[in-house]
Amino acid sequence: MRRSINILNNTDWVAAGIYLVMVILGWINIYAAVFDEQHESILDLSQRYGKQLIWIIAAIVLAITIFLIDTKFYSFFAYIIYAIAILLLIGVLTLGEEIHGARSWFRIGSFHLQPAEFAKIATSLALAKYLSSYNLKIKSFHAIAWILAIILLPALLIAIQPDLGSALVFFTFILVAYREGFSDAILVLGVILAVLFFLALLLDKFIIFMIILGLALLVYWILSRNLRSTFIAGILVAVPAGILYLLSRMDLITMNRYYIILLAVAVALPFYLTYAYRKRIRNIYLILLLAVGSSAFTFSVDYVFHSVLKEHQQHRVNIMLGLESDPLGLGYNVNQSKIAIGSGGFTGKGFLQGTQTKFDFVPEQSTDFIFCTVGEEWGFVGTALVIGLFIFLLIRLIKIAERQRSDFSRIYGYGVVSVLFFHFAVNIGMTIGLLPVIGIPLPFFSYGGSSLWAFTILLFILLRLDATRMELLK
Amino acid sequence: MNPYAGRKYVIGGIIILTGIIFLIRLFFIQVVESSYKSTAERNARHIEIQYPARGLIYDRNGEILVYNEAAYDLMVTPGQLQAFDTVDFCRILEIPKNEVIRRIRTASDYSVFKPSIFLRQISSVTYAVMQEKLYKFPGFFVQPRTLRKYPRDIAAHALGFVGEVSEEDIEENEYYQMGDYIGVTGIELAYEEVLRGVKGRKIFLVDVHNRVKGSYQGGRADRKAEVGENVVSTLDAGLQEYGEKLMTKFRGSIVALEPSTGEVLALVTSPAYKPSLLVGRIRSENFLYLSQDTLKPWFNRALMAFYAPGSTFKTVNGAIALQEGVITTASEYYCDLGFHMGGYSVACHMHPSPLDFRGAVQHSCNAYFNYVYRAILTDPEFESTAEAYMNWRDHVMSFGFGDYLHSDFENELPGFVPDDQYYNNIYGEGHWNFFTVRSLSIGQGELGITPLQMANLAGIIANRGFYYTPHIIKEVEGQDRIDERFLEKHNTRIDSIHFAAVADGMEGAVNRSGGTAWRARIADIIVCGKTGTAENPHGEDHSVFIAFAPKDNPQIAISVCVENGGFGNIWAAPIAGLMAEKYLRDTITRPYMEEYVLRGVRLDQQ
Repeated sequence: MRRSINILNNTDWVAAGIYLVMVILGWINIYAAVFDEQHESILDLSQRYGKQLIWIIAAIVLAITIFLIDTKFYSFFAYIIYAIAILLLIGVLTLGEEIHGARSWFRIGSFHLQPAEFAKIATSLALAKYLSSYNLKIKSFHAIAWILAIILLPALLIAIQPDLGSALVFFTFILVAYREGFSDAILVLGVILAVLFFLALLLDKFIIFMIILGLALLVYWILSRNLRSTFIAGILVAVPAGILYLLSRMDLITMNRYYIILLAVAVALPFYLTYAYRKRIRNIYLILLLAVGSSAFTFSVDYVFHSVLKEHQQHRVNIMLGLESDPLGLGYNVNQSKIAIGSGGFTGKGFLQGTQTKFDFVPEQSTDFIFCTVGEEWGFVGTALVIGLFIFLLIRLIKIAERQRSDFSRIYGYGVVSVLFFHFAVNIGMTIGLLPVIGIPLPFFSYGGSSLWAFTILLFILLRLDATRMELLK
Repeated sequence: MNPYAGRKYVIGGIIILTGIIFLIRLFFIQVVESSYKSTAERNARHIEIQYPARGLIYDRNGEILVYNEAAYDLMVTPGQLQAFDTVDFCRILEIPKNEVIRRIRTASDYSVFKPSIFLRQISSVTYAVMQEKLYKFPGFFVQPRTLRKYPRDIAAHALGFVGEVSEEDIEENEYYQMGDYIGVTGIELAYEEVLRGVKGRKIFLVDVHNRVKGSYQGGRADRKAEVGENVVSTLDAGLQEYGEKLMTKFRGSIVALEPSTGEVLALVTSPAYKPSLLVGRIRSENFLYLSQDTLKPWFNRALMAFYAPGSTFKTVNGAIALQEGVITTASEYYCDLGFHMGGYSVACHMHPSPLDFRGAVQHSCNAYFNYVYRAILTDPEFESTAEAYMNWRDHVMSFGFGDYLHSDFENELPGFVPDDQYYNNIYGEGHWNFFTVRSLSIGQGELGITPLQMANLAGIIANRGFYYTPHIIKEVEGQDRIDERFLEKHNTRIDSIHFAAVADGMEGAVNRSGGTAWRARIADIIVCGKTGTAENPHGEDHSVFIAFAPKDNPQIAISVCVENGGFGNIWAAPIAGLMAEKYLRDTITRPYMEEYVLRGVRLDQQ
């Protein structure tokens, strides 16, 4: 059944408003980033700021077009759109133009189109369609396999372009799956693995092991609320570790501290297991599994890092972790980016006064590093505003997603949230040196038609679905 | 209701947490940490130093002694280098590739971000080619400089030279930066702050390729270079050049002063070098060459050599004795081919005897001045020889001996006049007397006097008892007057009346028959002079002569020292005479005497 309701009355104008503000802010910052005194007019079409205006107008036309298309279209054609996207991704591998060593672009006249940007929309739609299908058991092997297939197929095709950054974006859909009932373990595991990966490279194995041990005890205490048994568990490790330590200090045995603690844990382990078995506490198994797994992972990171990652990837990770100082080498980008943002101070240098971005010290200053211009010219006030806008928009979108009556709309909404969040987090994280340099654009801000249009379509499909949510009776 | 609806809070939480982490991080790098600001400024600023032209140096008649010529240094900023066409680069500069690599490495060792000199003083032809192709060699730029030029190529020691600043100079004075030039010796050193001017700077905003993008802060931080002030030297270029010519064959020095002002008219030291040898790219080679020369051309004898003044010092002892009243101008002493007393003998040459004061100066009688000095040290006014000696020493010091004159020559030395303690240490207190120190009667022994001090002595006698501190700069552009210390009249402790007899004696020495310094004679001008022969334990005695002329209203006072020149009249006196005539008359009436000096070979040694 459907009810006819005025679309415009139910459009979420707040989200649309934030979108417009961001796009305009982006345009102004692109102007400042590549400002050229010979082309002073912001409307100069020979410059990127002039072109961006065309992309923006086109994007608004696209948004209006989306509003003219019936809601049913998206769920009905979700798989077909996905299939087209996959075909485009395959096509670009052979027909695409090679730029900077990657075949990521179709060239149509003077215009370049990046199918990877649109594949995100298609994947969001396909995932929403699949997850909203009737009677889906999300924890079944079958379902998990399909979910992973939908996510990984485009990721893989993009990875072989190669455009690792854009490929990584697809892992963000894990968030969608999580919202729809994937085990927490996946999310927790993902976070723990990511944290451990960096810790393993940064810190001594011994210290990490101690942290894991401490955390395991803490988690146990929180879950069991039994201080006494937590204390005993601690003693069980501390006593053998202490004895071994003293022996090694007296030169009776030769053992480094890492093996001492490892052996102590091995000694304590049977006691834990017996205790858990007798008290029938399943949590302990989980905690132990995590602790042992984490330790093993820490070990393997070293191996993975040095054997699996390529040299330039190792470099990037090292630079991000501050293990390598290389201001003119690979770390140059991040370094200049931080200098540009850092030099903005609290209130910034003022519009068009940024030297670092305008004078090309920051690479890709109008695309991937557009946030530097914000930081340099508008200072902390500007960066805080932009981050605030993103957080506000993302929370708003969660709210929109949650109020949908159809599963498809809700899941698609989370797809939008996930993609925007990943871009936001990784892009800004890289410009301020918190994450490795992964070349993905900042939504609505970065220069470029493909990405602006893709994000516009992504967002406005959701707003269109939202505008007619009342038509559906669930 | 969806069973997993609660998870929206987890997802929302992750988003908000990310936002908070970003805000903290941004707060830290934008607000807390300040180093990014300065790094950014360094990044985007290119400071172009504008070197002012160094001040010119004129002689007393307005003739240019030192001026500037444009030169170009090729500079490099290693941090801005990019791969470039070394073949073309090497071809333009005519240096081999490994030399390019070596120089870039040297520059990098100094600083990656600051420019340093890559190639010094490239020719204007190379400059023209280089300037055109400079865009192909990012990291390089051309820095205009000025080089010193010397029209007459004279007075190397007096003018001094400029050189690149040393590490110490940079540390001591923050005005200087690597690659700047600074006065190293002579006038260039003494008047460095006046001559150098003030460096200007232009700050540009540059992009990552070091391309100029505009001025920094609209040019408010720029500073215009201020051209160095010109200075007028007291030197007389013609006289200086003539003096250098006369000394070609000799080792020694000439110092000529204007007695009424203390202005140095000529400052000749020999062997010397041409100042142009230390300019430009030939400099380092020549510098080494001069440093290794066994004749020590660096050594400025006029200011730094200590000689025993010999008989010229008799004028001083005579004046002191007259002042102390231990003799009068009428006092006569016999000379029996020398002074014989207390078992000691001091030889003298053949001359009429007995002589009065004027005669003794004219004939330079050794015996007479032994008696004079004995009278000074045995003056009953004083309780001991030492006391009388110290009184005598005070008189001597008032002539500017034994201490720095505090002229504007940076490397002037004080000379030496021993005090009583000096003899006490050698002989024991109370165990020395006139006989012990009798060599001082005739200016031998422990005395150490520089040629500048000797010229000053000539000036004092010319002035009849006072002097102005000798100096070489008479005018600094933009300053009303020269340093106060050069305008201060220094009176000796001798009344002016006593110098009349000394001057009479000196007139006789040059102009009367039987005078010891006839070679200094000039027609129609009364030259007053006193010969000296400085005993030299290492070889033939040094020929010494002091003179001033004319006798009344003296215009010039001169000291000449010719090392190993023998008796004063042989070389020093004729040189002084020629110098005086050159200065006073500008023509030489005795060409044979000039020829004799220029040939530099004694007739008896031909």
